[in-house]
Parts: sequence; C-alpha cells; structure tokens
Amino acid sequence: MKNHLLSANDLSREEAITILTTARELRRVSDGGQKKLPTLRGRAVVNLFFEDSTRTRISFESAAKRLSADVINFSAKGSSVSKGESLKDTAQTLQAMGADAVVIRHGASGAAQRLADSGWISASVINAGDGTHEHPTQALLDAFTIGEKFGLDTYDFTGLKVGIVGDILHSRVARSNVLLLKKLGAEVTVIAPPTLLPVGVELWGVQVSYDFDAALKELDVVMMLRIQSERMHDLFFPSAREYSRAYGLDVARLSTLKSKAIVMHPGPMNRGLEISAESADSLQSVVLAQVTNGVLVRMSVLYHLLAGAVNA
Amino acid sequence: MSRILDSGDIGRALKRIAHEIIERNHGTSQLTILGIPTRGAFLGERLATILAEIDGPTPVGALDITLHRDDLRLRPPRPLLPTVIPPEGIEGRQVVLVDDVLFSGRTIRAALDALGEIGRPASVQLAVLVDRGHRELPIRADYVGKNIPTSANESIKVSLLEVDGEDGVDIEARS
Repeated sequence: MKNHLLSANDLSREEAITILTTARELRRVSDGGQKKLPTLRGRAVVNLFFEDSTRTRISFESAAKRLSADVINFSAKGSSVSKGESLKDTAQTLQAMGADAVVIRHGASGAAQRLADSGWISASVINAGDGTHEHPTQALLDAFTIGEKFGLDTYDFTGLKVGIVGDILHSRVARSNVLLLKKLGAEVTVIAPPTLLPVGVELWGVQVSYDFDAALKELDVVMMLRIQSERMHDLFFPSAREYSRAYGLDVARLSTLKSKAIVMHPGPMNRGLEISAESADSLQSVVLAQVTNGVLVRMSVLYHLLAGAVNA
Repeated sequence: MSRILDSGDIGRALKRIAHEIIERNHGTSQLTILGIPTRGAFLGERLATILAEIDGPTPVGALDITLHRDDLRLRPPRPLLPTVIPPEGIEGRQVVLVDDVLFSGRTIRAALDALGEIGRPASVQLAVLVDRGHRELPIRADYVGKNIPTSANESIKVSLLEVDGEDGVDIEARS
C-alpha cells in the first residue's frame, strides 16, 4: 500500500478489501472488550482542517485515539492561517513538530495531493475531503456499511445496484464512491438534474439518469448527497422546493423502494431538502451505522498506513 | 527437513495436555480456551473438543495479538486475524492460551496485554504444541506437547489438517 491515501483510486481492489476486512476485525476486537489498543503508541496524527467538519474530524480523532496515537487538532479558524499563513508554512511547522500522519481537509481540490507531493513533509497524508474532488475514507466507510447490511463478507458487490442522488457536481463523496464501488463490482447510477452533473460524467463508467422515480425502484442502495449551498455560486435549480419535489427522498418515494434497499447519507443532512425527516429516520436508513463504521474504517486506514515499517 | 511429530503424536500430545489441564484446574467448569491464530486457534478448538469428551463442555475462542505486537514497525502491516471471545467472557475464568510454537515469548507477552484489555481472568495458563527454546522474555509454558531443542538457524514448521491439509511437525535448516 502507498504511503498516502489521497484518492479511492490509490487503492487496488485487493487493498480496499484488506482495509475493509481489517475494519471488520477491529469491530470484533472492540466488541470483545478491547476498546483501546496500543498499536500506534507514540505516533502523532495531526488533523489539519481548513474547512468545517463535525463527524469526519471527530471520527478521525476517535480512530487515532483508540489506537493510542497522539492527536493534534488544527483548524484554520483561530490559527495562524487566519493571519495569512500559507499551506507550505503550516505544513513545515507540522513537520518540525514530528507529525507521522496528516489528515487534511481543504476547500481546494488537490490540496491533499499538493501536500503529499510537495516534499514539505514526510508524514503520510490522508485526504479527508479536498474541495469537490475526493473523500476516500467516506467511500470506504460506505462500502463497509453496504457489505455489513447485505452480508457481503468478501466485499464482492457484483450485481448490486447503487444510486447516487443529488449534487454530483460538487460532491467529493460521489467521486470517491463511484471509483470504489465500481472497483468492488457494483453497478452505479448517478441521478441528478443536468445542472448538477459535471462535464464528462459519461466518462465515469456509470449510468446517468434524470428521473429519480424511474431509477429508484431498481436500486439496492440509495445514496443521498447533501446540497452544498456553500459551494453553489450559481443558480443550479429554480428553488429548493422544486429540487426537493424532483430529487428529494420523501415518504412517497421511500415506499416505492425495494423492501431490502438501504438509504445512505454522508451527512450533514438537510432535512426537508434532499431527504425528508421520515426517510432519514426510517428503518431503511443506515445513516448512524455509517457514522459508527467511519471510526472502524479510519482505524483500519491509520493501521495500514502507520503501523508497519517505513518503506517496507 | 525431518519430521519430529506425526499426526498420531500430535493427537496423543493434545490428549495428555487435556488431562493435565483438567487435573490442574479440578475439571473444566471454570475453563476458557483461547487459541492464538492461525494454528493456535485450531489447536484450541481440538483441545476444547477433547476436554468436552473427558469432562464437560469448555468455551473456546480465538485471540489475535497483531495489534499488540512489539515488532509492528519492523515489518509491513499485516492483516488482522479473527478474535472471538466466548460469550461467557474471561472475567474470573481460568484462561488457557494455546499456541503452536513457543519461541521468543513475545507473542505470549502480546497476548497477555490483549487479555488485560478484555478483563481480569482468575488465572492465565499457557499450552503449546512445541517449545523450541530461545526465550527473550521471562515466560514459560504450563503444558508442552514436546520440547524440541533447536539452534537459532533451524525453523520449526507446524502443519495442521485445517490449514495445511495434513498434521505434522517438522524441523528444517533455515535457508
């Protein structure tokens, strides 16, 4: 495995399955009573967050702490970044402090890649979301959750139909998920209004649909995306209400789902916009399982990146 | 490569160890067997089966110690192996750890650390199929299938039906 995790494409199919299988064993270890493991004792993990985040930061922090790593949290607000410090100077400061891994979230696509390739630091870089580009650990935790809910212990998703619905254009979650789910054999359909689909989506190797109702009945997994108003500097749909009517997962649509289908959402949810409260809290919703699994998957990623010998 | 124990020898060694365990612990009522994967876990299963025939059913599980190893930084990361703690837990139980080969003692040290995270057994004992010497820590086995004095450039290969297709213990010169 590489030293960094920047994209879901950094992982081969086998490596992805190893991470997922390790996460499952970590759950057994944890359920067996070993809540705190000494594996990464003495290693420092820096959470470098230039964008706001609740669950991803807490999830990484919790994962690192359960493996006994030291965690340093850094958020742009209240740091020297607000005084105009560059990414380079920030990174060199972290290097000087001896960080072994840097978990970075940044508003600019490619920021994690820049940090990894720059030579500013020797630490492993884990991309926790860069702009509208990628969020590989989210894709891993989603795949882990799908494997769990459908009892697919080998993570062979052949024949499984996954729909990713909503703001594909701005979604790093969608990009990483498409890459990973295809690798694991799933059939992926992206469902969105044309304005929220990126140029070149036909090259992704997925089906594209503008008709949520027609696509919905076939799906085993419905992955709803958040409408990212903070990245929308243009008018992408006439009104929130109209979007919700055409692409929101409301009770009526929920009832047309296959009985065994699951509903996912990476959070934070805009209840009433892309997903109704009833759908979010329904029995088919696995949103909270996604959060729980996030910690296990991130423990697994940290283990594989940090526990072994350097350059082994 | 020369064969030290064949299938019959392994069966007899396990049977004797089972009797010793029962004698020392006055029966099986408080016993919990925990094998260390991969081969220790299968030996643990076999021991539990024999104990059940002689005395009574004995909870059996597996304890992976990868996350507690002290040599993680010396090798590439390894996949984790299954950990299965029996529903009775280990609190107050007489825990018998089972492994195939006792060598440096570092695996057992890691296993003791792992156990300490899970609970507080009444006692921890150690059963191994082969003790080959060369300890690097003050650890000894309570039950030994066979003591095989070795030199450092020899290696011991334990094969079990469940993973290797046959039972046997061989000694070979390390290349």
